[in-house]
Amino acid sequence: MKKNYGTIYSLPLSVWLAFFFIGPTLIIFLYSFLKKSPFGGVERSFSLDAFAFLFNPTVLQIAWMTLYISIAVAVITLFLALPTAYFMAKSRYKDSLLLFIIIPFWVNFLIRIYAWIAILGNNGFINNFLIQTGLVSDNFQFLYNPYAVVLITVYTYLPYAILPLYSTIEKFDFGLLEASKDLGATHFQGLKKIFIPGIKSGIYTAFLFTFIPALGSYAVPQLVGGTSSMMLGNVIAREIIITRNFPLASAISLILSLLTIIGILVFMKKNENEKKAVK
Amino acid sequence: MSGTSVEIQGLSKSFDNHQVLKNLSFDIRSGEFFSILGPSGCGKTTLLRIIGGFEEEDSGVVLLDNVDMKNYPANKRKTNTIFQSYALFPHLTVYENIAFPLKIKKMTKPLIKNEVEKYLNMVKLSGYEKKYPKELSGGQKQRVAIARALINQPGILLLDEPLSALDAKLRQHMLVELDSIHDQTGITFIYITHDQHEALSVSDRVAVMNEGKILQIGTPSEIYESPKDAFVADFIGETNFIEGIVQEKGGKFAKLYSETLKTMIEFDMDQSVEIGDKVKLTIRPEKIRVKRENPQKTSSQHFNILKGKVDEIIYHGFQSKFFIDINGFILKAFKPHLSYFEESERIGWKEEVYFWWDADDSFLVEVSK
Repeated sequence: MKKNYGTIYSLPLSVWLAFFFIGPTLIIFLYSFLKKSPFGGVERSFSLDAFAFLFNPTVLQIAWMTLYISIAVAVITLFLALPTAYFMAKSRYKDSLLLFIIIPFWVNFLIRIYAWIAILGNNGFINNFLIQTGLVSDNFQFLYNPYAVVLITVYTYLPYAILPLYSTIEKFDFGLLEASKDLGATHFQGLKKIFIPGIKSGIYTAFLFTFIPALGSYAVPQLVGGTSSMMLGNVIAREIIITRNFPLASAISLILSLLTIIGILVFMKKNENEKKAVK
Repeated sequence: MSGTSVEIQGLSKSFDNHQVLKNLSFDIRSGEFFSILGPSGCGKTTLLRIIGGFEEEDSGVVLLDNVDMKNYPANKRKTNTIFQSYALFPHLTVYENIAFPLKIKKMTKPLIKNEVEKYLNMVKLSGYEKKYPKELSGGQKQRVAIARALINQPGILLLDEPLSALDAKLRQHMLVELDSIHDQTGITFIYITHDQHEALSVSDRVAVMNEGKILQIGTPSEIYESPKDAFVADFIGETNFIEGIVQEKGGKFAKLYSETLKTMIEFDMDQSVEIGDKVKLTIRPEKIRVKRENPQKTSSQHFNILKGKVDEIIYHGFQSKFFIDINGFILKAFKPHLSYFEESERIGWKEEVYFWWDADDSFLVEVSK
């Protein structure tokens, strides 16, 4: 039998992942079951305090807000990305359009958030414009609410949704849409019954690529969210940096990771079924 | 089902300043098996797409059953198409693919089931309902495409090079099946192909297209036996062209002098020519007979008898292709292999031979004054 070199080739990455991914995850896992020490560290005794604290109404409320914002972000992003990707895939300038999608990545993420503050803030472009034209007399508060978080997170993750959608749409055989018209379907029926099922895997990928990072948002709600739109990421940071409650921070991280893993597993299962069908 | 008639009037279409269809006008009768034959890029697929409603004409009219199709999109026309790539929906099973048009029509489930089974039977695919397109062979995919296109009971079936993805044996087989489906259903077939054998073997009429124009429309034998155009003669089957200046004419026949053959050639004057006209003749290789001995010409027969040297023989099983050299001009002649007794000694390479053909078998394809 031929020797499988795959294992050897994957060794560097395996070692890397073991040290820097599996290791920390295990530490988080262990920490979440330990007792908080009064001085900010952990005591080596088993405790479910952290998990009990998760059911605290404030945490639950923030968890709900996190889920709400993430789903809103993923859905809105999908609805914006789908027509954009469709247009790009059908355009004769697809290469340059693709470049335009990638360009924002060249600018630091935080700077892009500050750019939004410069646009929407109290002394931002829009407020200045509104006051100068006399449409409003006082500054309008655009920022520091969940809508600002959704808006800016959608902006941030839009390319992550456009790219996988673009690549599936580009591979889609548009002859099938013609065939559906030939067989009596309207354009809309063709899109619904042939096109959307045909690019399903791209839609799943786009959804996960926005939903998962949105779930772990930290910087956006921190900078433009205000107190009303704190997300779990902010709670984790607060628990580590300010309150120094490591077990609670670990427990929340664990829950987020679990949610993510469940999402990925569902996606993989769906994809597998699809592949079986279309094999 | 009954077939829909087609009338095309002054149809033109351009893409990016390149005119692909040039003022086409022709009719297709109801229930006809009509082939459009031409090399790739001749505009035949564009023509089909305009009839199907996938492409809009720049000018001209398409009438289906005498109704102008101007404002009818593809899904409102009585046409269904069999695409070159079959265009089966990959996420749907064979059953769901065939049921698709009926589901769009919102037919009831039992009715759909009934119809799908009927058409699955017709294309001999019963038992494959639950398979996905990727699990099927090329021929099976083709059958699904046929069933799916027919279940809507169209007046016209448009076939865009439907057999080009199949191997030669299967192609023959599917062609016969398509022909029998045509006979069963009675609908009009418009069959696009670049394969002359496909077009000649099943069509009622064939239109030969080149560079956006229809050069000739006729029955397969008309197209083959009496081509009106040098391109048609050359594109369909193999042929020889002989050029020369008309020297004599009288009655049904005329004679030209060929500079390359250094001899007079007699031909059937199916177009009027004048003495001194420059003309081009076509003569099919299988009409030319080859023998060692000089055949005796009787005065009542109009034969062209020439002498040449065998330059090359290509053996083709049932026949041999002779390439005969006459003063450097190569003429093709196909000789079927008859029974052993009739050709006890086969003509060999470099042999001097006589060859001849009936003046009736050569046709004028070009006349310039």
